[in-house]
Amino acid sequence: MASDTSQATVQVSTSAVAQGDGAHDSHGPTGILRWVVTTNHKEIGSLYLLFSLAMLFVGGSMALVIRTELFQPGLQFIQPEFFNQMTTMHGLIMVFGAIMPAFVGLANWMIPMQIGAPDMALPRLNNFSFWLLPVAFGILLSTLFMEGGGPNFGWTFYAPLSTTYAPPSTSFFIMSIHLAGISSILGAINIIATIFNLRTPGMRLMDMSLFVWTWLITAFLLIAVMPVLAGVVTMMLMDINFGTSFFNAAGGGDPVLFQHLFWFFGHPEVYIMILPAFGIVSLIVPTFARKRLFGYASMVYATAAIALLSFLVWAHHMFTVGIPLVGELFFMYSTMLIAVPTGVKIFNWIATLFRGSISFEVPMLFALGFIVMFTIGGLSGVMLAIVPADFQYHDTYFVVAHFHYVLVPGALFAIMAAAYYWMPKWTGYYASETLGKWHFWLSVIGVNLTFFPMHFSGLAGMPRRIPDYALQFADFNMLSSIGGFLFGFSQLIFVWVLIKAIRGSGEKAHAHAWEGADGLEWTVPSPAPLHTFDTPPPFDPLTESPSRH
Amino acid sequence: MTSQYYVPPTSKWPIIAVVVTGSTAIGAGSLMSYGTGLPFLVVGLVGVALVMAGWFRDVVNESMGGLYDSQMDRSFRQGMAWFIFSEVMFFAAFFGALFYVRVFAVPWLDGEGAKGVTALLWPEFTASWPLMDTPDPSVGGPWEVVNPWKLPLINTLILVTSSVTLTIAHHALKADDRPKLRQWLIVTLLLGLVFLVVQGVEYVEAWNHLGLTLQAGIYGSTFFMLTGFHGLHVTIGAIVLAVLLVRVLKGHFSADNHFAFEAGAWYWHFVDVVWIGLFLFVYVF
Ligand SMILES: [Cu+2]
Repeated sequence: MASDTSQATVQVSTSAVAQGDGAHDSHGPTGILRWVVTTNHKEIGSLYLLFSLAMLFVGGSMALVIRTELFQPGLQFIQPEFFNQMTTMHGLIMVFGAIMPAFVGLANWMIPMQIGAPDMALPRLNNFSFWLLPVAFGILLSTLFMEGGGPNFGWTFYAPLSTTYAPPSTSFFIMSIHLAGISSILGAINIIATIFNLRTPGMRLMDMSLFVWTWLITAFLLIAVMPVLAGVVTMMLMDINFGTSFFNAAGGGDPVLFQHLFWFFGHPEVYIMILPAFGIVSLIVPTFARKRLFGYASMVYATAAIALLSFLVWAHHMFTVGIPLVGELFFMYSTMLIAVPTGVKIFNWIATLFRGSISFEVPMLFALGFIVMFTIGGLSGVMLAIVPADFQYHDTYFVVAHFHYVLVPGALFAIMAAAYYWMPKWTGYYASETLGKWHFWLSVIGVNLTFFPMHFSGLAGMPRRIPDYALQFADFNMLSSIGGFLFGFSQLIFVWVLIKAIRGSGEKAHAHAWEGADGLEWTVPSPAPLHTFDTPPPFDPLTESPSRH
Repeated sequence: MTSQYYVPPTSKWPIIAVVVTGSTAIGAGSLMSYGTGLPFLVVGLVGVALVMAGWFRDVVNESMGGLYDSQMDRSFRQGMAWFIFSEVMFFAAFFGALFYVRVFAVPWLDGEGAKGVTALLWPEFTASWPLMDTPDPSVGGPWEVVNPWKLPLINTLILVTSSVTLTIAHHALKADDRPKLRQWLIVTLLLGLVFLVVQGVEYVEAWNHLGLTLQAGIYGSTFFMLTGFHGLHVTIGAIVLAVLLVRVLKGHFSADNHFAFEAGAWYWHFVDVVWIGLFLFVYVF
């Protein structure tokens, strides 16, 4: 068959084809240029992961600037204007630059290997999707140095703060959102096409790993809501530059329209950042409990249910804006309904652990930490869903505590769990257990010290997004700041772990790196060769499907 | 099926596409924010056109060279289908905005419903749709709105007809009737161009004689955003049809292998469906 391909190559003499025949081991450019033009899913996956790690530290440094200023009441280090830019940029960078690209990187690396595909369905589009991101975030970060400063209106950029009262750099900010959005949409299209089209023969949808399933549904959410974000920032752009009245009541528009459109994107966005995490935990827990996942089918249905409900709950972010009572009730109940499929998932993970032969390697520690602390964030979410209670909690540090619990010990811990879980497959070496355990425990202490006190300061009435606060919040804030620095600096341990594994110091990994692990990715050598499946690998649902009985 | 997988080789086009897209974004951003950066925008836009030409040419050559298998073909199809879905959602945002202001925001400004308190802002304001008198008179609404039963109706007929003619061309392609394919594709392209000209005439009319501008309150905003983005998509669709025509004239496509033609047709039908929504909810009702 290989000769067929090369014959066909000869017939066509385009420059692109001349660079190598792709399916095998010849590669055109070398050095840095190789990374720039690569269409290999593993190389692009690594680029995504390294980019998101860099963004984690950029956004994290901004969080530490915020925590430094909030260490004590009063203004000591930075001006309120700069403080606002820091909270805004921290949010934008962590959401769009750190968490989302990390999951896309994991998808790039693992989905083709888990479904027996040779690469992503549209490899060149994949290269385009990735390289748009550094450009988008370059533009975003450059606004900090522009006249009038960077975005200062919060990561949700509500109009009219982001239109009438916005700094001049806002059009730049909108451009960066557009680029990141194009990147996400094209990336998601690629993932869906890969999953639907490149599964090895014999692998039915209900034989796919839950990581693939959750990403399939996540990709659908991305394609459905990123264009809405593009639409809303375009309306902003028009209001700012061309005199339209979308968010201007004087012309018959409505600033609240901005919030509806933003949160129609924003709530599914929350699940975009957590569904792949569910998938990761659903792989790691069975591996280290040495049992098959409890309730595979119900996990799939619960994920789909969460995704569908996510389109019907957006106004729970807007209870205090003054929506009609019917609306408040509808969005309260629909939001609380999401606790049901989420509860199914948590039940299934615990049922998987039940009577398992559990061992506590680092990926498992992060996964268990996820289950416990994500649930804390989920429960405070149910509290926030209750309309009368939300009138008290709205825009306080209670909200900050809630979403940081689902995003840091939630999404980020799952990403870390995935990194420790698959590092042997990526590098050929296990991550250091000792350093990993230090990383985990310091992170657990740091994250809880940072965010748990915020529940209390929030309930006591401390508003979010302010550089100064009343004296009674001083102790809670000091604790949060100490925790923040502890958490931030303990992430450097992860960098150390990663460098060690890449350099090949530590224990060498087998193909089947974890004895309890299931899935096609463990049938290829560790480290995985650049091209894994040249032909569709055999797959027997009766013995290999995660849904088998 | 245990045959070898096909994976397309690397290409320099994606990274060049990133550079020109980035240049467009930087140019547009700095032009709007600070009034400079036109060269970046021009270089970017010209670059985008060139890159698309080059990238697609390579893909066409690979396809004609018989490199692609049926799996690659399915990947392209699914990619295009989901891309159109993303476009649907982009328009959904603007339609959502239109419905929201019509059903909620404007009546509330007149004191209706639970949020009637907003009527205190401009007590003189009376709600209506199309919104001719804006809450704050300093914004200023249009004097008149476009009559749906003149140019917009003509355009509706043109676009619906063009969908039919494109389908005839498609059937001709499947029946390997090349002359018929050519004729009907040309007719489709011409109809698309006539639509754009009529739309242009309507815009000039609206802007100069009806006071209907982007600045004319929320009616002008929704009118121009919806019809404008639709017009942009018709333009893109017409360029796609033109490229398809050139390829047909060169003898590309066969009765059973013509993904690019189908993708272009899907896109054209999508643009047509969006127009029907526009005609109903922007012009008529
Ligand atoms: Cu929400």
